[in-house]
Amino acid sequence: MKMLRFIAGAAALAVVCVQFSAKAAAADKTLTIGFTASETGALNVDSMNQLHGFELWRDQVNAAGGIKAGGQHYKVKLVYYDDQSKAARVQQLYSRLIVQDGADFLFSPYSSGLTATAAIISEQYGKVMLTTGAAEDKTYTLGNKGLFQIYTPATHYLSAAMRLIKEKDPKARIAIAYSDDGFSKAVATAASAEAKALGETVAFDEAYAPNTTDFGPIINKIIAAKGDVVVGGGHYADGATLARQIFDQKVPLRFISLLVAPDSDKFATLGAAAEGVTVPSQWEPSAAYKPDFGPTGAAFAAAYKAKFGSDAPYHAAGGYAAGLLLQHAIETAGSTDSAKVTAALNATDATIFFGHLKFATDAGHHGLQVGHDMVLAQWQKKGGSLVKEVIWPKDAQTSPVLYPIR
Amino acid sequence: MIDGLLLGAVYGLAAIGLTLIWGVMNVINLTHGAMVALGMFGVYLLVGHAGLPVYATLPPVAVGGFLVGVAVYWVAVHRVINRPHLMSLLATFAVNMMLIGAGTALWSTSPYNVDLSLPGITWRGYTFTGGHIVAAAVAVLVAGVLYLFMRHTMLGKAIRAVASNRQAAELMGIPSNRVLAIAFGLGIGLAMTAGGLVATLFPFTILSGGEYQLKSFVVTVLGGLGNPAGALLGGLLLGLVEGGTTPYMAVSWTPVIEFGLFVAVLVAFPQGLFGKRTGR
Repeated sequence: MKMLRFIAGAAALAVVCVQFSAKAAAADKTLTIGFTASETGALNVDSMNQLHGFELWRDQVNAAGGIKAGGQHYKVKLVYYDDQSKAARVQQLYSRLIVQDGADFLFSPYSSGLTATAAIISEQYGKVMLTTGAAEDKTYTLGNKGLFQIYTPATHYLSAAMRLIKEKDPKARIAIAYSDDGFSKAVATAASAEAKALGETVAFDEAYAPNTTDFGPIINKIIAAKGDVVVGGGHYADGATLARQIFDQKVPLRFISLLVAPDSDKFATLGAAAEGVTVPSQWEPSAAYKPDFGPTGAAFAAAYKAKFGSDAPYHAAGGYAAGLLLQHAIETAGSTDSAKVTAALNATDATIFFGHLKFATDAGHHGLQVGHDMVLAQWQKKGGSLVKEVIWPKDAQTSPVLYPIR
Repeated sequence: MIDGLLLGAVYGLAAIGLTLIWGVMNVINLTHGAMVALGMFGVYLLVGHAGLPVYATLPPVAVGGFLVGVAVYWVAVHRVINRPHLMSLLATFAVNMMLIGAGTALWSTSPYNVDLSLPGITWRGYTFTGGHIVAAAVAVLVAGVLYLFMRHTMLGKAIRAVASNRQAAELMGIPSNRVLAIAFGLGIGLAMTAGGLVATLFPFTILSGGEYQLKSFVVTVLGGLGNPAGALLGGLLLGLVEGGTTPYMAVSWTPVIEFGLFVAVLVAFPQGLFGKRTGR
């Protein structure tokens, strides 16, 4: 009898131990995501914002119990190193992340250049890498199989502006004036081609030196070409100056869309010259998309502000979106197997707080972002002060388009 | 073309500062660009911090420029003025680098802007802003006052005498060192005034003076080295060339045209288009 009691007790203890260890095993499952961040160097600011986006996503996922796939719960572990904003470091560190740290999935570094370098390594090892903060198209035309781009490609930066012009003012004569640097040139070349494809009239198309301060000659040519709308620009200094001088010279334009410069809050210091000017942006906190999964834009912006004490820039939103999309793909695939997650990402056609996302699946452009629209924001006067409102796409609109602007 | 002409007057004023120093003391002043930039920041700081109206900042900027110029002359130029040209070139280059370095440390290389909006004149759809018109008028006025000063005052005549023959001037009792310092100060004062005028038109950084230094070289070659009146005409001509060519070709070609003209004039008219012909 004593022996029976002993056996029963031992069996009960064994059952408890098995249950306990099973629970412990479930809690211990982790999914390692590797990437580099530019904690130092020229890309520091934007890269840190992107890192904040990754971290916010990780914290929220882990607080909710982790990623659920195949009956398992996976806690997310981020492993990252400082790439010093240098491609050579990226090459070394992505190898380390895969070989030594055993990263299950990868995020890209910040910037197109560093991402192109990281892509060589991720493809060598057959890893899935969500790329964010990298708009250049070229990397996706090289036959890569595991890259998935979150940002709208550079060649579509002005697509929204062109479609808006087509809808509002199909007979408008478009003047394209852009900074003579690689990114702006790629954007402007694509914009010109798109305008022509839409049947619009490109009346003027010319580059200016990136350090231009006197836009008088360019503006006079726009007037001579009878331009009704101006698109282009480049970076902050030239874009802000162009907008100011267009206003000072009283050019009767119906619409202006400039790269980068009007996205900065500093642009509002131009006063009346800023009113009506639009800027293509990857994301704006006020963009009112209805997400199929994940938080709304407002919820993301609020959580970001609570954690980091500042408004969420679009680089942070891009980082969070990369995590959210990877999580959704793993949960849809029901597995952490790279091939199954790749298939789930290939099939993605969804709207999240960041906008609509869909990837090209043809061999010539695999992973290129084809679903995401740039948000077009416009400086509008509300209650006596200038505010940036989302005017395009319509499902993210926070205010009707001001057209014509003058 | 009218835009070009308005801007050309400001180019001319900047170049007068450079050509005056060359004409009087045979020094190619490589602090010129940095001084133009300092003039820009002078206006910016006086408007932003002292609350002066934009155009009221020009006299203090000009006077400040004169004092800075006199100081630079005594510190860096005076000791090397009688030595080979390379020495004064290097001395002014060194001062230039120090000014740019200090300016970068103080203000970074981010763009600054002086807010000024004056009603302009609109003609056939083209608007000539009030800022451009006033800047051109001020440049011509300053150049005119300088001309009268050089022609009709004792000090002006002394500067011309030293420029013409320093030894002879000294024999006539003219204190040439003091006159040279004043001439250098005048040259820098003019450069900073021109910089101040540019600041009312365009955004600028501490590096912006470099562009105007290059234009000043082109203008002085067009106008004749050492010839202030020629520099103003050279500036107007450069402005006309800029304004006249840009409607017919991409603006990227403007520097090619400008420096092509620079080389052509150097080869065909070594004394400049408006320079004095010297016999051999």
